[in-house]
Amino acid sequence: MPKQFLKGNVSVVKGAILAGCKAYYGYPITPASEIAHAAALYFPRAGGTFIQAESEIAAINMVYGAASAGLRVMTASSGPGISLKQEGVSYCAGSELPCVIVDIMRGGPGLGNIAPEQSDYNQVVKGGGHGNYKTIVLAPNSVQEMCDLGILAFDLADKYRNPVFILTDGFIGQMMEPVEFPEPIAQEKIPEKSWVVKGTAETSDNVITSIELDPDDLERHNLKLQKKYKIIEEQEVRVEEYHTDDAEIVLIGYGIVSRIIHSVIDELREEGVKAGMLRPITLFPFPKRKISELAERVKFFLTAEMSNGQMVDDVRLAVEGKKPVYFYNRMGGNVPSMKEVHDKVIKIMRLL
Amino acid sequence: MNKILRKSNVFYDVYERRPGADKLTTTYCPGCGHGILHKLIAEALEDFGVQDRTIFISPVGCSVFAYYYFHTGNVQVAHGRAPAVGTGLKRANPNSIVISYQGDGDLAAIGGLEIINAANRGEGLTVFFVNNAIYGMTGGQMAPTTLIGQITMTTPLGRSVENEGYPIHMSEIIATLEAPVYVERVMLGDTKSIMHTRKAVRKALKIQIEKNGFSFIEVLSACPSGWKMTPIQGEKWVTDTMTKYFPLGVKKDISDTFEGRDFSRKNVEPSELHEVLDIKETRIDAEKIAPFIMKLVAEEIKIAGFGGQGVLSLGTVLSEMGMRHNYEVSWLPSYGPEMRGGTANCSVKISSKKIGSPVVANPTILIAMNRPSLDKFETGVVSGGLIVYDSSLIDRAPTRTDVTVIPIPATKMADELGNTKIANMIIVGALIKYLGIMSQEIVLDSIGDVLKRKELVPLNQKAILKGAEFIKNIK
Repeated sequence: MPKQFLKGNVSVVKGAILAGCKAYYGYPITPASEIAHAAALYFPRAGGTFIQAESEIAAINMVYGAASAGLRVMTASSGPGISLKQEGVSYCAGSELPCVIVDIMRGGPGLGNIAPEQSDYNQVVKGGGHGNYKTIVLAPNSVQEMCDLGILAFDLADKYRNPVFILTDGFIGQMMEPVEFPEPIAQEKIPEKSWVVKGTAETSDNVITSIELDPDDLERHNLKLQKKYKIIEEQEVRVEEYHTDDAEIVLIGYGIVSRIIHSVIDELREEGVKAGMLRPITLFPFPKRKISELAERVKFFLTAEMSNGQMVDDVRLAVEGKKPVYFYNRMGGNVPSMKEVHDKVIKIMRLL
Repeated sequence: MNKILRKSNVFYDVYERRPGADKLTTTYCPGCGHGILHKLIAEALEDFGVQDRTIFISPVGCSVFAYYYFHTGNVQVAHGRAPAVGTGLKRANPNSIVISYQGDGDLAAIGGLEIINAANRGEGLTVFFVNNAIYGMTGGQMAPTTLIGQITMTTPLGRSVENEGYPIHMSEIIATLEAPVYVERVMLGDTKSIMHTRKAVRKALKIQIEKNGFSFIEVLSACPSGWKMTPIQGEKWVTDTMTKYFPLGVKKDISDTFEGRDFSRKNVEPSELHEVLDIKETRIDAEKIAPFIMKLVAEEIKIAGFGGQGVLSLGTVLSEMGMRHNYEVSWLPSYGPEMRGGTANCSVKISSKKIGSPVVANPTILIAMNRPSLDKFETGVVSGGLIVYDSSLIDRAPTRTDVTVIPIPATKMADELGNTKIANMIIVGALIKYLGIMSQEIVLDSIGDVLKRKELVPLNQKAILKGAEFIKNIK
């Protein structure tokens, strides 16, 4: 079996290169630095470019340049670095440039700490830069998914000409698990991009820009973007469901929290509690319809997060008040234990 | 005459991208230097036959619409970021000719970091830095190059050294760096100065075309609208006043000795990628693991000790060996500043079932390599669990009576093998022997695949055997 025992942060780099990614521009930050380490080693070997940029802002703008030139390109960072990159992300979204940005979340706000949190949800899922834009956000919860969703990210980025985030926490980045790597994507499978600017006669009429001076033109551009996001919402929702078929209680979480919930569900089932898990794999598009359907038949939802309650807002919007949505969280780098989540479920059940 | 009057082919005949009815003139004010500099660049690109290869980066500022005019590939970028975007463009297609065209606010203020570092890396870019000592497009505010005493919208009483400091000399700064090939400050004043600027523009582009070198041309240029002057007054102010603060001339030129840069990437076929990425098949010997496949395993292991005791690698070795027996495994390092010294710990799960949470809160097995670790984690061990501790370093026995306790003088035994650092492998050998969930033969055979330093394989094997022997003797 072609299994390798690796860190999530290394897995995402190998997956990206297998997906045909040819350039990595980044700035070191814990707990995402192993991504830069692996990229520095493997990109040049694999016929790609690696540059340690002078800043997060420079890194995302190098990504902007490489994406303008038609390359599959990525960068990675963590909370404070992502905040800095947001200017460039907005420009990439405005100019419709496909690129992949990995965010290995740490504790915040400010310098915070280097322990895992999920407090970048709002700044990543809601479009933390200026303007009416959305990025596709994938949320891996295993080292295998760091590879698999990383590869998917490049396909989605090209398909929709849009930035794609891989959003996960320090635990998924730092932990090691077995991972199986697929065969590399063949060059001809990567879509041709006629809109790029690469210093050739065929592309000399192209312009990459996000400026539209005339309000009508800019409104048209915005409407076009919104239409694209709507299509993404219709076509790209991905979830993992665990025992939701007959569930009376549904726990919702992503990243490391979903791994904990998974184990809690096993415990609860052994105790005869009909609990299930819904894990959004895509945070944008958010699985609104799925949650809305579940709201018709479950007793309540419990969202668990390592934040002050960011994803739970989206859960509540999807539930539309049809059923209670409870919330359990830890912050500062503390991870909810199985016992804490388990006890919270039992406590709510007693209340009802 | 014909040749001189013709508009360069590098410009569009009609500026279709320009909104509004006027598609034939530029957006620049009378007396502005941008039009002249555009023309000098366009003519050079045409003469050198590189129009198709050229990518023109439009900054934020009055030249934001350069893509209306230049019939080249065009990329419009965020304020100050052109050198970073140019880096991405050039590295993607090293054969392209990338022009970073920036104003003084763009280059010297908000984009100061990007230009310094692109210059310092020696990116294959040609930078045209238009210095008109003012923010033109945003309505005449102070630039980093605004002269002392100069009145702008944000220095209504004139720029003062006390409040705003001195005008910044970018050419001189760039010239101190090693990588730039050619740095010159020129001006757009009388015809003679324009002809000199023409020469500098052509030389800078040539250095990129022929050698992929970094050049930086600072162009002192009038902004009559921003300065509230007539074009004639503007030209005079550039010539008489600006040049006093910003002396013209070549600041650096190593074009004769510069050998050129190669930004091309290695050609690697997709079929080679697995090898390049160190993706190897993990050997799993079905025959040898047969005695273990029916075992129900659900070990949750906490391994803790000082940094340097090999605590984290003890965990990875156990997990990797578990994987080679087709168990589900996970490894999670301790998290926090203690990773950089002090104590370290990691969580390992080895299970017959899919692993949910990789977090070990209540270990079935605690491996304590030092006293603080035993103190910290002893109480958390599940009843009926196992505590293994290094009895050569820990001066107390665990107090728990509901768990199995195995003291191993691992550090002492490691010293006897000649290397203190091998204590962790003695524990591995002991644990594998004690648990009986893995084949010792597989562990010994595959330890070489797991370790980074291959020369240490025999020593590690010896340590594993020694640990196993220790268990055999106490059983």
